[in-house]
Amino acid sequence: MASLKELRGRITSVKSTRKITSAMKMVAASKLRRAQARAEAARPYAEAMQRMLAALARSVIGRDGAPPLLAGTGKDQVHLLVPVTSDRGLAGGFNSNLGRATRNLARRLEGQGKTVKILPVGRKGADYLAREFGQKVIDRVPGSAGKDVAFGAANELGERIVRMFEAGEFDVCTLLFNRFNNVMSQTPTELQLIPLSLPSNDNERGEDQGATYEFEPDEETILARLLPRNLQIQIYRAMLESAAGEQGARMTAMDSATRNAGKAIDRLTLTYNRTRQANITRELIEIISGADAV
Amino acid sequence: MPIEVEIVSPEKRLLSRSVEMVVMPGSEGDLAAMEEHAPMIVLLRGGLVSLYDAGRGLATPSEQFFVAGGFAEITGDRCTILADEATPLRELSRSEGEARLAEAERAYDNADKSDITTLDPYLDRLQSARAHVEAAER
Repeated sequence: MASLKELRGRITSVKSTRKITSAMKMVAASKLRRAQARAEAARPYAEAMQRMLAALARSVIGRDGAPPLLAGTGKDQVHLLVPVTSDRGLAGGFNSNLGRATRNLARRLEGQGKTVKILPVGRKGADYLAREFGQKVIDRVPGSAGKDVAFGAANELGERIVRMFEAGEFDVCTLLFNRFNNVMSQTPTELQLIPLSLPSNDNERGEDQGATYEFEPDEETILARLLPRNLQIQIYRAMLESAAGEQGARMTAMDSATRNAGKAIDRLTLTYNRTRQANITRELIEIISGADAV
Repeated sequence: MPIEVEIVSPEKRLLSRSVEMVVMPGSEGDLAAMEEHAPMIVLLRGGLVSLYDAGRGLATPSEQFFVAGGFAEITGDRCTILADEATPLRELSRSEGEARLAEAERAYDNADKSDITTLDPYLDRLQSARAHVEAAER
C-alpha cells in the first residue's frame, strides 16, 4: 500500500491536471462559438454559388468541350487526396479518425491499381500520414493553428490545386474533412472536388425552378471563373467545418478528461482516508497492547 | 417596387436589404437591376455597386460598395452579388488600392506573354486594382 505522502502527492497532481483540462474545455467552448459563427457567416455565399453553379451546369451539360474542372480529364488514374486535420492534438479521436479514413481510401484506391498522392492540410494529419505513406505525401499545408480560418488560406490552396490539375499532376481530387454534426460528433467525410460532383437535381426538379437564366458574357466564360472559385469555397467550408469540429472534439475530450480526473481524485481520497485510519488503528493497537503488557 | 439586394463575400454577408434599384459593374458594362428583371447570371469586373432608394430618387445613390470582381445572380425580386471582396466606399483605402495596383503591374510584367489567352487573369487583376484606386479617389 502506498504511503500517505505518496497519496497526497498524487492527489495534488491529479487536481492540477483537472484544472488544466477544465480550462482547456472552457477555451475550446469559446473558440467553438467563434468557429460556428464564422461557418454560419460563410453560408450565404456558398449557397448562392451552388445555385448559380447548378443553373450553369444544367445549361452546359451534354455539350462538347465542358471545362475539365467540371467534366474531369476523362481518366481516373492519379488521385489527389486532401485531408484536412488540425495542427494541435488533445482533441480525442478527431485527427486519428480522419487519418484512418484517408488511409482506408488510399489503400482502396491503390488496391484498384491507382496512383495516390496526398496533400495534407494541418500538422497532425501530415505527421500521421507521413509515417505510413512517406513519399506519397507530396507536401504539407499548414492548418489554422487554432486561430480563425482565413479565406486567404483556402484561396491559395484552391489556386494551387487548380494549377496542379492544369499541369496534369492528377485526374481526380478528393477532399477529406470532419463534418461538424454537433459538439459531440464529427464524421469523416469525402468530397470529390475534381471532377465536380454536383448535388443531384432530382429533388429540385419537383418544385418549379422556374428561371432559365440569361448569361453575360456566355456560360463558358462564367464557368471558367466560377469553377476555381467554387473549389476555393468548398475548401474554405471544409476548413471551417473542420475548425468547428476540432473545438467540439476537444471540448468533449477535455470534458471527459475533467470528469475522469474527478473520479480519480475521489478514488485516491478514499484510499488516502482508509490508509490514514488504518495507520491510526494500528498505532492504537500498539499502544493498547503495550499497556496490557505492563 | 423594391428588389432585395444581398452583397456577400466568402467570409460574410455585408448587406441584405430592399432597394429601388441596384447598379453593378458587369464585365461587359454596367447594368442596373430593378424589380421584374429577367433572370440573369452576370460576371462582374472590379467597380462600384450602387444602391438607390425610392425616397431619394434615382439621381444619387444612397449607398455604394466597391467590389473587386465576382458574380451576380439576378431574378425578378432578388439580386445576389457574390463579391470576391467588398468594401463600403467610404472605408475604401486608396493606399491599399495603389499597393494592389503596383502588385498587379508587377505580376503582369513578369507574366509570360507568348500566349495571350493566358493573360486574362492578370488583366482582370489590373482592371480591378485600377478601379479600386479610382473609386478611392472619389
